[in-house]
Amino acid sequence: MTTKQISIRRYLPERDDAPFWQPFEVPVDDSTSLLDALHHVKESLDSSLSYRWSCRMAICGSCGVMVNGIPKLGCNTFLREYDAEIRIEPLAHFPVRRDLVVDMEIFLEHLAAVKPYLIDDAQQQEATETYRQTPQQLARYRQFSNCINCGLCYSACPQFGLNPEFLGPAALTLAHRYNLDSRDRGKAQRMPELNRHDGVWSCTFVGFCSQVCPKHVDPAAAVNQGKVESAKHTLIALFKG
Amino acid sequence: MQHRDCDIAIVGGGGAGLRAAIAAAEQARSDRRPQRIALLSKVYPMRSHTVAAEGGAAAVTSPDDTLQAHFDDTVAGGDWLVEQGVADYFVRHAHRELVQMERWGCPWSRKDDGSVQVRRFGGMKTARTWFAADKTGFHMLHTLFQTSLKYPEIERLDEYFVLDLAVCDGAVAGIIALEVATGELTLLRARSVILATGGAGRLFRFNTNAGIVTGDGMAIAYRHGVPLRDMEFVQYHPTGLPGSGILITEACRGEGGILLNKDGYRYLQDYGLGPETPLGQPQNKYMELGPRDKLSQAFWQEQQAGRTGTFAGSDVVYLDLRHLGEAFLHERLPFICELAKAYINVDPVREPIPIRPAVHYTMGGIETGSQCETSVTGLFAAGECASVGLHGANRLGSNSLTELLVFGRLAGEQASLRAAETTFADMRALEEQADGQRTKLARLCDGRGSENWVQLKRELVQAMESGCGIYRTEDGMSHALQTVRRLRERYREIRVGDTSKVYNTELLECIELGFGLDIAEATCLGALERCESRGAHQRLDEGMRERDDARYLQHSQVFHRHDGPAELRWQEVDTRVSAPAARVYGDAGKGSRP
Repeated sequence: MTTKQISIRRYLPERDDAPFWQPFEVPVDDSTSLLDALHHVKESLDSSLSYRWSCRMAICGSCGVMVNGIPKLGCNTFLREYDAEIRIEPLAHFPVRRDLVVDMEIFLEHLAAVKPYLIDDAQQQEATETYRQTPQQLARYRQFSNCINCGLCYSACPQFGLNPEFLGPAALTLAHRYNLDSRDRGKAQRMPELNRHDGVWSCTFVGFCSQVCPKHVDPAAAVNQGKVESAKHTLIALFKG
Repeated sequence: MQHRDCDIAIVGGGGAGLRAAIAAAEQARSDRRPQRIALLSKVYPMRSHTVAAEGGAAAVTSPDDTLQAHFDDTVAGGDWLVEQGVADYFVRHAHRELVQMERWGCPWSRKDDGSVQVRRFGGMKTARTWFAADKTGFHMLHTLFQTSLKYPEIERLDEYFVLDLAVCDGAVAGIIALEVATGELTLLRARSVILATGGAGRLFRFNTNAGIVTGDGMAIAYRHGVPLRDMEFVQYHPTGLPGSGILITEACRGEGGILLNKDGYRYLQDYGLGPETPLGQPQNKYMELGPRDKLSQAFWQEQQAGRTGTFAGSDVVYLDLRHLGEAFLHERLPFICELAKAYINVDPVREPIPIRPAVHYTMGGIETGSQCETSVTGLFAAGECASVGLHGANRLGSNSLTELLVFGRLAGEQASLRAAETTFADMRALEEQADGQRTKLARLCDGRGSENWVQLKRELVQAMESGCGIYRTEDGMSHALQTVRRLRERYREIRVGDTSKVYNTELLECIELGFGLDIAEATCLGALERCESRGAHQRLDEGMRERDDARYLQHSQVFHRHDGPAELRWQEVDTRVSAPAARVYGDAGKGSRP
């Protein structure tokens, strides 16, 4: 079996004031993921390495890290794709708590802020029947409902890097997902949050968020469709006086 | 140490925990008594393993389907080790819960007229499985998580690792947890507690489960005297990816996928599941739509006969989906296409997927009554960690996602009612128990141990795989049990190298390993003592190759003993409605009621 060198940016807050780089030699074959390599480090080389992970099949969203400066999921990044240097860092734009573990609290707050749930005031408590929703109506929002909350798009977003109050790609996408859902009546309640300076208008359409999304959710499209909605909402509000 | 109070504490933020939290909140609101609900999880809720469920959730839906048929399928699927009163409650409440999920926004796949689509699943008489493409668990979990944000009375404690329950006079009084970010202990006083911590698939080397599925809640309840029930029944899912064990959903077969051995032969017809059904015309309860235990057993037989292929060093059979066509696969099974491509570089549109069985689900768990309460007053359990008695000796695919809704809700409502009639325990008594935990932690972290946790973990998962596999022998199980008992001894000398506080994941791994060793003993003991073959527990020993209702139409209960080996007892099964009968599929099952 061949080996490759990976360098990990470590940070041990109880021991050191600053992060440091540590190289590790890890065994690789054709199927070795970055997550496998991290497990090898923890189990065989340095048990103090901390990182988040769980499903190992790119659906739980736990294991985001920067790989040579690009946000990636560790479990579906394969070492075979890298020839030379592999530099692993915690997700950018989030405070680092230890090693590859970042503070996700602001991300969770932004998700909650957009009221990401179905709002229908006419909804009775114990409904016995489903809403009707055709495949075409489902198709309007389906892609935007596939976000796994991994946070890679926040690490890709220069605006979030400058201003953590910006709701950011995933939260705006989630708002858009519910706004597009034929069963939902909550758009008017969500728009004030989206219309704020830190809502859709903070996006400068760099589009890197969509490039790094591991589930092809295309948050950039959602955010910019959101801008159209926001403009409409503002205009209508003006006319209504 | 931090001190907090709440009315109801829920451990686990997966489907069952979130459903319970919402139900408790609704119950309290409708009774007009405010209650505070704490939802603790060792990961952010949307990371929970519910997220990885793919195929769907079962409920009687079509006009030609009946509750009786779903009941019969479930009871026969579980080889009559199902609590029949519980199964009856389940089938009656299944549809209501899936409708509720729809009303909360779950993006179920639809028919052209806008109604919900159902698909076929193994062991089910007719198509009754609701699905959201092949990411049903993902969509359910996110819908529940997002819906839970509507309820300010649900206070989340994300990344809190629960170490123990606080129990006073036979009643639960709270929880002792470690805040992972700081390493600080929290004593959370509660009037009732729900465990919704998931299964224990990680006891086995080769499995479909996430890293977090380590049976924590099972071990915690077990150590407080609650029996673990039917732990010998471990489900091997017939279709995992070689190497990783990543799940390839049963929905592939529900949609018409076929299984081939290395000669391209549909071998299931040789194992009581035939005759062969025409390509593209899957038939319920025939061939690829047989139950999981039978399909995994058929793989083992083919492997013994030398008719399996190999892929990356693993014995495999082949799941062929090519005849379904690219457009259909990308609409119904997009995640499967993505997984096969990413992890084994196979495009299901063009090639069959090599697959093999992998440990998937823990049928047994924390014993509860029909209202989800355990033998400790005020302590409830729901979802995969629990044994409410729905699955018996083998779970049918798509019953578990529905289970966590039906029984998550029931547990939440019951815990709310229980909390309303209970007062807080005295804080001083609880502090003593929390101090005990602090001392244990300090000992674990004193750096003096000599046993390497990685080594112990590897020996554990290897022993479980060798001893408690698809087919089992007296020798194999005895050896596994002895190994587990030796590992438990060695665990006392475990060494945690990392002595820091902040995100000490090595410490968490070591605690999880301790939980796992306790559960593994219960699993091996149940398996060894059950001298028959039933459902997922199949023995090769002489005289034990058949079901033996005269002696073993009973649940196993394993009790923890602090200073000695665990103890096994037998418990009567509720078979009031459907008397045990032959469990048959394919043409052999024609005409029989299930």
